Amino acid sequence: MTMPNERRFPESATMLRFEDVTRRYGDVVALGGVSCEVLEGSFVALVGASGSGKSTLLKMVNTLAEPSGGRVLFGGDDVTNLEQSRLRRRVGYVFQGIGLFPHFSVGENIAIGPRLDGERLSSGRIGELLELVELEPEMAGRMPDELSGGQRQRVGVARALANGPELLLMDEPFGALDPITRDALGERVRKLHEQLGLTTIMVTHDMAEALLLADRVLVMDAGLLVADCTPQQLLAGKGGVIAQELVAVPRQQAERLAKMERAHA
Amino acid sequence: MSGFWEILLGLGDKLAAHIVLAASAIGLGIAVALPLAVWASRSQPVARLALGFASLVQTIPALALLALFFPILLSLRVVFGEDLPTLGFLPALLALALYALLPILRNAVTAQANLDPGVLEAADGVGMTGWQKLALVEAPLSAPFVMAGIRTASVWTIGAATLATTIGQPSLGDPIFAGLQTQNWALVLAGCFASAALALVADALLGLIERGLIKRKRLQWAGGMVAVALGIAAALTYQAAGDDEDAIVIASKQFSEQYILAQLIGSRLEAAGYRVEYRDGLGSAVVHSAVASGSIDISVDYTGTIWTNEMKRTDQVGREEMYQEIKAWDMRENGVLVLGRLGFENAYAFAMREDRSAELGVTSLEDLVPVAPQLTVGGDPEFFERPEWIAVRDAYGMRFRETRNFSPTFMYNALRSGEADVISAYTSDGRIAADRLVVLADPREALPSYDAMLMLSPRIADDRTLIAALEPLIGAIDVEAMREANYAVDREGEGKLSPEDAAAELAKKIGL
Repeated sequence: MTMPNERRFPESATMLRFEDVTRRYGDVVALGGVSCEVLEGSFVALVGASGSGKSTLLKMVNTLAEPSGGRVLFGGDDVTNLEQSRLRRRVGYVFQGIGLFPHFSVGENIAIGPRLDGERLSSGRIGELLELVELEPEMAGRMPDELSGGQRQRVGVARALANGPELLLMDEPFGALDPITRDALGERVRKLHEQLGLTTIMVTHDMAEALLLADRVLVMDAGLLVADCTPQQLLAGKGGVIAQELVAVPRQQAERLAKMERAHA
Repeated sequence: MSGFWEILLGLGDKLAAHIVLAASAIGLGIAVALPLAVWASRSQPVARLALGFASLVQTIPALALLALFFPILLSLRVVFGEDLPTLGFLPALLALALYALLPILRNAVTAQANLDPGVLEAADGVGMTGWQKLALVEAPLSAPFVMAGIRTASVWTIGAATLATTIGQPSLGDPIFAGLQTQNWALVLAGCFASAALALVADALLGLIERGLIKRKRLQWAGGMVAVALGIAAALTYQAAGDDEDAIVIASKQFSEQYILAQLIGSRLEAAGYRVEYRDGLGSAVVHSAVASGSIDISVDYTGTIWTNEMKRTDQVGREEMYQEIKAWDMRENGVLVLGRLGFENAYAFAMREDRSAELGVTSLEDLVPVAPQLTVGGDPEFFERPEWIAVRDAYGMRFRETRNFSPTFMYNALRSGEADVISAYTSDGRIAADRLVVLADPREALPSYDAMLMLSPRIADDRTLIAALEPLIGAIDVEAMREANYAVDREGEGKLSPEDAAAELAKKIGL
């Protein structure tokens, strides 16, 4: 098995293309026609309030949600034409619920993807994956209920990487974690993204997290894409009203903290 | 309680049959319930329908459910041919499996519904196919709950399997029913003890498996499963060793006379070199069809029973004419050979205690009419549904204050204790003489005659040797001889005989 970080993508290749994707649940419009492209090797954050459609858009990539209209192309193929289970094994998926299998050990959880393809992951490889997420290789023998929340999500990330995926999808991956763990794990994932040459899409409602980790931020509101900027552009006041409202929150928090520091200094 | 341990040790074949029946029923229940639960977890209407059906089945009394399979299987012969068994193992298996369905299904459906949605999303997310998700995630996570359901179903099924006796399937119910009818409490106790012990052992082993699954200790649950499998294998081996295809199967209904006559017939056939099996404690309604279908070879039935229940006749004809018509009808319609009448009648008759009869001045059914509205009448469980009761009620305009059902044995006790003023007695019953009961006259001849007849299934109707062995019984048993034998079995205390011994005494008495 080749290490994923040996892969190198041509800078400009398109990995993912959304073409006028819509999703309706009865009369409710969850997605009202979204079009955009994700380039290979990029780290994209999908930001928006609850119910803005960001999770639905993400889940359309690995067909956990299906579009009512439009299509999603992965490497040029419509995802609904690809064999579902094979597609999902090419795409790493991390989500807030984590969903470690409680009857499998940590090692078995990590090895599940390759196992579905009839491959046995060596304990050495499991150890490597644990080290990637800064856990001890010895942890492989433990059961999920013996781990802390942060440790569990690290295992969740390791499991998503075990198949050597081309694409990593993360749906509010750190939402349930305490701020310190959350920060550390965010940093770690960004490093892994670079080290392994991944393409990453992360859904979050936290604009600060998006600005700090991503190369590109997509802002969604009421099922529509309302801004598509780099963090620098957003900080420079671009992206429109809704994007700027979201940017204002961490900025004001940072300014208030800085003011308090000055007052006490 | 003498002989409890000897009886218990002699129950090996019943225990083996009981285990094989209960295990098969639970196995079939699991085989149906689990796929159904998987389907139900993916479709709300299926879940509602399946659980609703299983709950409905549960409300049918087990005894009735067992009996219901007889007409169902009989009608299915149109599809599956005449070889489809209608009594014995198959209907018992189907009824008990239906009964086992609910707890397994409900637990499996509940377990599926309570699976962590995050875990299920992860299963989809890592790219499991539907089958992989079922095998790797849903099944193992549901297993402890499903096992708890199987455990409940097993205890129920082992208990309910004792009722299989009534449809001709040997089980631990045989000693219980036989003991209840002949007031042999050691027999009843031994049957109950064995079935309770079996239920406890099964519960303990399945509990071991369940806890092993919860704690994910493979050794523990696998060990429990091996122990269960060994128990079933042992029962199968034991049963296979005693299995006998060619044996002549003799039926008896649920009262002493039938047990005694079955033993009498059996001993004569054994003396003639036949192998014999007994199906004791059959429900009265199924015996004739069982003989006609060949699942039973020999029974003793009564002219009035066949006339009203099987031929659906309500008209009154003479005693001799009734017999001749039945003989001709049964051969023509069913191929059943009515070999002859045994020589006594076991008719329904109304009986009272001597002192009550004198006090109320009642010696006939006509006398009873004016006082009946103050009295309680006791009957066997089927009596008040029978045409005989309806005939008496309509012929005399009889109305009682209260009607109560008792098993035949307890009916006499009820009369003795005053819980019933009048009972539907049987004329061949030894307790009529022993309790000095007054049998009320029937001046309007509403009650039909009940000559005991020897019935042979089509399979053995041409067996000359067998017929020669049984012919000496025809016309040989008068009502006094039968009453005496019945009383010997029904009485308590000194002189009480087992049906087998009473049959031997009876044989001696009638010179065989």
